[in-house]
Amino acid sequence: MEKEFLGQAGSTELLSKRVEFSLFFDVINGNPNGDPDAGNMPRIDPETGNGIVTDVCLKRKVRNFIELTRGGEEGFNIYVTEGGVLNEQHRKAYQALRPGDADKKELKPKDNEEASRLTKWMCTNFYDIRTFGAVMTTKVNTGQVRGPVQFTFARSLDPIFSQEVTITRQAVTQEGTEKGREMGRKHVVPYGLYRMDGYISAYLADKTGFTNGDYETLLEALVNMFEHDRSATRGQMAVRKLFVFEHSSKLGNAPAHRLQSLVKANKTTDIVRSFDDYEFTVDRESLPEGVQLIERE
Amino acid sequence: MGYGIKLHVCGDYACFTRPEMKVERVSYDVMTPSAARGLLEAIHWKPAIRWVVGRIHVLNEIRFENVRRNEIENKISTSAIKNAMNGKTATLAQVVTEERQQRATLMLKAPAYLIEAHFDMTAAAGSEDSPEKHYNIFLRRARQGQCFHRPYLGCREFAAHFKLIEPDEEMPVSFYSDKPDKDLGWMLHDIDFMNNMTPKFFRAEMRQGIVRVPPFAEGV
Repeated sequence: MEKEFLGQAGSTELLSKRVEFSLFFDVINGNPNGDPDAGNMPRIDPETGNGIVTDVCLKRKVRNFIELTRGGEEGFNIYVTEGGVLNEQHRKAYQALRPGDADKKELKPKDNEEASRLTKWMCTNFYDIRTFGAVMTTKVNTGQVRGPVQFTFARSLDPIFSQEVTITRQAVTQEGTEKGREMGRKHVVPYGLYRMDGYISAYLADKTGFTNGDYETLLEALVNMFEHDRSATRGQMAVRKLFVFEHSSKLGNAPAHRLQSLVKANKTTDIVRSFDDYEFTVDRESLPEGVQLIERE
Repeated sequence: MGYGIKLHVCGDYACFTRPEMKVERVSYDVMTPSAARGLLEAIHWKPAIRWVVGRIHVLNEIRFENVRRNEIENKISTSAIKNAMNGKTATLAQVVTEERQQRATLMLKAPAYLIEAHFDMTAAAGSEDSPEKHYNIFLRRARQGQCFHRPYLGCREFAAHFKLIEPDEEMPVSFYSDKPDKDLGWMLHDIDFMNNMTPKFFRAEMRQGIVRVPPFAEGV
């Protein structure tokens, strides 16, 4: 009973530690992230041939996961949605949060103060603003929130090879066409293992109200981000490993690059076609004091 | 006058967006003083101090890479939030399929810099604020890799790694140390926050890989 209570209290406390994470995900016969500049071919680093998945692509997956699993829950609205406007049904929640319009009319807050109230209100209501931040148009400069969670570009560990697959359809789009079928094109990566490094600042968590519970939700979303993102283009995508470095303090106990370099994956064959072709090394011995490494699969 | 520090920073990518090309973002060739200041502030800053960037060493060759992403065209409108807070019906969510813009970013690849900077005390400094104190806090944090939030190279998706260069430590050698001087044209110095957010510019020249940053007052 007591434990349960403690657990709940902890989840509403603001995140009090710096965190870094390295996420490994792979793709089999799919296109993890199309490049609009290259006819939707998989993104590729032109110099090295390594595959790229943008930060915003992965943030989209996190948002979708939250919307899917926490949709309708108070405080878990998603600001940047993929369709549908969700607001009307939440009207009551807004009223509950801001009772008494009288108080408002009398106060007439100054621009700065009002801006921070607006920001705060948005943070409490929207999970993605609390997590990633957002830009709000106010006439004052404070209309910008930086979220605690920072994603970077994901890169494949080895060069990827993008294959063009031509497919046919036994029907045509337009009426009155002579031909009986149409051809289409798909770009697939036969196999690619990608790594994305991310950062969470406890100080910015203070500012947006990002709690321990939100942090747990984020990790859950990271691990399951592809489980609900199946489609014809993606092929088989899966998160393989998530390494979380938790510092014992807000400021952190070691440089991020040193931590992230403790985790490595090397291919064991020349041509990689599965996750088993990679060997992970985790150098737990060199883990600095005050940093905890948690491995999630 | 504070004490000088030298910080080595690097990352996979960077985009120090040129203000004249920010719809489809195009990066400056090198880090701007304002980006360097932001990076230092991510490690340590208090209202009592103001970072002043003296020189920026460009350590790696300047190379560009292009990336195009789906972005959103609108910002959150204040009036919509106010309506929602007052209990009126309002559309708050952004629908990505309807508000999509595809924008390119011309970013720098594998950038690495050495920032030479010091800090000045401001009018906000109290009796307990001494330059030594802030200098030592910065040194301690930079040595241990601690930061207020993760520093970044222009945009938050381009995270930066940093390392303190100790006073007696050897400086990393710039790719341009033996190359001819390069005129980088007019570059953003910083924004004048006291003066209605006026941007100030300076003429940037790279000599032996080093861009000297004039005092802010000399910017135009």
